[in-house]
Amino acid sequence: MSTPASYANPKLFWKRWGGLIVTTVLILAAIAYYYAREPHVTEAVLASTLRQSVPLVLGALCGLIGERSAVINIGIEGQMLLAAFIAFMVNVWTGNLLVAVLAGVFIGAVLGLLLAFMSVTLKIDQIIGGTVINILAIGLTGYFYQVGLSAKGKLNPIPLGPLAKIPLIGPVLFDNPPITYAAIILVFVVHYVLFYTPWGLRTRAVGEHPRAADTLGINVYLVRYVNVTIGGALAGLAGAYLSLEAVGSFDRLMTNGRGFVALAVMIFGKWTPLGSFGAALLFGFATALQTQLQFGGKINIPPQFIGMLPYLLTIIVLAGFVGKARPPAADGIPYEKEG
Amino acid sequence: MGDHEQSMTSTVWEATRRYLRSVAVPLGAVLLALIIGAAIIWISGASPWLAYKALAKGAFGSAEGWRRTLEKTTPLIFSGLAVAFAFKAGLFNIGAQGQLLLGAITAAWVGFAVHGLPWAIHAPLALVAGLIAGGLYGYIPGALKTYTGAHEVITTIMLNYIAMGLTDYLANGPWKDTSEGNIVARTPEILPSAHLPTWGWLPLGFLLALAVAVFAWWVLERTTIGFEIRTVGRNPHAARYGGMKVARTIILTMVISAMFAGMGGAVETQGVIGRYQPGFNANLGFDGITVALLGKTDPFGVIPAALLLGAMRAGSSQMQFDAHVAKEITDVIQALMLFFVAADMIVRWLLRVKAAEGEEKITLSTGWGSH
Repeated sequence: MSTPASYANPKLFWKRWGGLIVTTVLILAAIAYYYAREPHVTEAVLASTLRQSVPLVLGALCGLIGERSAVINIGIEGQMLLAAFIAFMVNVWTGNLLVAVLAGVFIGAVLGLLLAFMSVTLKIDQIIGGTVINILAIGLTGYFYQVGLSAKGKLNPIPLGPLAKIPLIGPVLFDNPPITYAAIILVFVVHYVLFYTPWGLRTRAVGEHPRAADTLGINVYLVRYVNVTIGGALAGLAGAYLSLEAVGSFDRLMTNGRGFVALAVMIFGKWTPLGSFGAALLFGFATALQTQLQFGGKINIPPQFIGMLPYLLTIIVLAGFVGKARPPAADGIPYEKEG
Repeated sequence: MGDHEQSMTSTVWEATRRYLRSVAVPLGAVLLALIIGAAIIWISGASPWLAYKALAKGAFGSAEGWRRTLEKTTPLIFSGLAVAFAFKAGLFNIGAQGQLLLGAITAAWVGFAVHGLPWAIHAPLALVAGLIAGGLYGYIPGALKTYTGAHEVITTIMLNYIAMGLTDYLANGPWKDTSEGNIVARTPEILPSAHLPTWGWLPLGFLLALAVAVFAWWVLERTTIGFEIRTVGRNPHAARYGGMKVARTIILTMVISAMFAGMGGAVETQGVIGRYQPGFNANLGFDGITVALLGKTDPFGVIPAALLLGAMRAGSSQMQFDAHVAKEITDVIQALMLFFVAADMIVRWLLRVKAAEGEEKITLSTGWGSH
């Protein structure tokens, strides 16, 4: 698997990351070019890129820590949706944003636990298990949601002192609301845990060869339960982001497929946190561009076609990269103890 | 003579037992979902008894109710068949929604734009157009899966959003109803010659749905293609070793599955709505998943499952009116049914039913790559 050790071979390194690096360089060049021409628009698009990528990268982290332990989570969409709803409702009831965020994270974790129960203990087909969560979330939010509720506040940007004053970089990176910061930090935390801690090693062992891991005394079921539950919490944070930070209210079906796009982000990022972050930024950029095109009014394309952009990109990414990226070997297969 | 009689009764008894065992899990799932649904209704301060009574009254209490129920059931049979058919090849077609939308709008276009045809040609033409549009849209995820390995679960969901955008654009733009006073996004009304009639409480579309269910069963159980589809679903490696063209089978399965969905959209347009209007077909594709699993992915199991969900849809307004319970409770109950039918271990444990012998188990989650 893509452990840091394999970076020692430069050929392998280029084969694995070359495409992403070339893309990044091209994007940086484009940013410089557009910043010289239209600084304000560029700043707005980049800031929006980062914020649009937040639910995607959190969703991708949720997906990948599950799949690294061999549990496919197709229910990210539902986990986000129900968490967005609960976070919003708690904000309406208590007016306390921190409690609201925690409630969203908690509900996400509960749904993660439900998925773990279905796929690890009951050994339901994981795709169906995830679909159950999605449909359950649509049903519950539809039933309990009342139109016209409004919350008192939303999570506002916190400028990080002098850092926020740097041109271009400051407003884009250091003047964000709390969950955006948290998402960036979590990317590195998950990277560290996955590749540099015993838990990460156990997770990857369980995902690649559960039988061998079991023989070595690793509790396969426990690892999967914990990872899928924590993954759910991350998806819950993404949901809280949507209702408390991005919009400030709840809408029916407000996740709009982000949970599924997040899975494409995860695959494009080759099941690594850093790769997923890069991929999420690309998708975030597609969405930010879409908004810019829609309201900039410079190009005369029907809005419906512009709106398809992130979804088309998802299909292209899946079609172009799935064959080349290798998922964890035991991905999606329930584990049966011997004897 | 006595011996013979005894063996006859024991065979009948065996068959009955086997049948009861095979429907025990779906029935148990429905029952559990209704019980928990009742608890939710009770918690939110209404009477579950009153709510369910109103639901049944709205769905079956009158000829009008029956007509509504069958109208709601019809598209669910189609989308349920679409999902169930793909399941047989180990494919999860979550894209029934998008395929249905394209079928619905294409049938509407043929319905309003083609003039001067008699009913006997116009109505079938619109149906076939919808069916083909759906089928073509199903070709995309099928081809993507076989040639690139992109998993159909994600591609079909993305294609749902794209179909939504596309039909929205058409109904707002080139195919918009330009008649005086219209400001909403919708196509013009289809001509009378493209309408599918309803005789009393019996819509023609419902009979078509039943016929398509028989067709699906026939393809799966009585044709070589059906045998290949089921073999690919059970074991793609064995199918490949056996000399079957797995790639071709996967694409064909997706196309046929999507044709069912597309035809469902066309029937909805021609038999119920009379035009295409965005939002009028929402969620039919997703409901198809519940219908397919509740019907144990069997074409004939799909029919009672669709009838159950259709009745819940048809009776929900009455329930809201009589018992003041929000319509959306039916979505919650439906999700619970899906959960319990998927988690059949829970139901089996509660009902003390053993798994029936030779029951097919379908595996969908074999990672993201192709087979």
